[in-house]
Amino acid sequence: MTDLKKQIIEVLNLKHLKPEDIGDDQPLFVEGLGLDSIDALELIVLLQQQYNVKIINPQEGPRIFRSVKSIAEYVQAHQTV
Amino acid sequence: MVPIFINLYCRIQNRALSRQGRIVYKKKEGSLDDFLDAAFEFFAVNYPKFHKMDHLSKLGFLASELLMRDMPPLVERYAAEHVAVVLANAHASQDTDLRYLESAKTKPSPALFVYTLPNIVAGEICIRHGLKGEIAFFVSPDFDAHQMSDYVNLVMASEKTKACVAGWVEVMGDHHDVFLYLAEKQRGSNGLEHTAGQLQKLYQSNYGTIDDRP
Repeated sequence: MTDLKKQIIEVLNLKHLKPEDIGDDQPLFVEGLGLDSIDALELIVLLQQQYNVKIINPQEGPRIFRSVKSIAEYVQAHQTV
Repeated sequence: MVPIFINLYCRIQNRALSRQGRIVYKKKEGSLDDFLDAAFEFFAVNYPKFHKMDHLSKLGFLASELLMRDMPPLVERYAAEHVAVVLANAHASQDTDLRYLESAKTKPSPALFVYTLPNIVAGEICIRHGLKGEIAFFVSPDFDAHQMSDYVNLVMASEKTKACVAGWVEVMGDHHDVFLYLAEKQRGSNGLEHTAGQLQKLYQSNYGTIDDRP
């Protein structure tokens, strides 16, 4: 989970944050870290590039990107390589 | 024509911030990235989105902070719709365009892509300061004081526009050159007449001391 947080911080340029500042269950969008739709695109690219995981159904986006924990769970369930 | 005044102006050049002709911050060592981040820290503002911006928007953001520091927000004096933003530069968003092109060879970055338009910097300034007036962005080979004064005068001639944040925000690689000013219809305590000659003079007299010239 810490590696995933480090990657999120790097790709989203969250220079003001450290991995320990992001709670596993903390919401990432709106009221949580305040990420926006462009950040969501960056996260999709991150999952494809780093974990070879694609999000097939865009409707699942809000559920998958709810928190670091939900992203990690999705990656674990769908990683093929 | 309604008289218009340059009430405040600032410069960012050669890794130094100056306001009203006086250098307020400089950091010569390190990369342009280092300078922009350090200058942001200097202002001590909580604005995480700064770190996501490209160099052009960071420079515009910093210049607007520099210009409007130590004064009440413009939107407390004017309706948000009454403050315009007029900017120009030489390379549009080419600095970011090239970075995006490079990233596209391996991993195209959506966050970089959204900055591949020059007028995004004007939008970032508007978002930061809550401005909702007219926006214009021009591209010309060099700072054109006549074009800038003519267009700002035209915008300010409208009843709808009471103030205008205007100037030159240029970046290409390590080279950066910013001149931002506040034009208003009421003369401030250090107000100067808004003429092409005055703009050219302020653009050229950018250093507080001769020692800071490159």
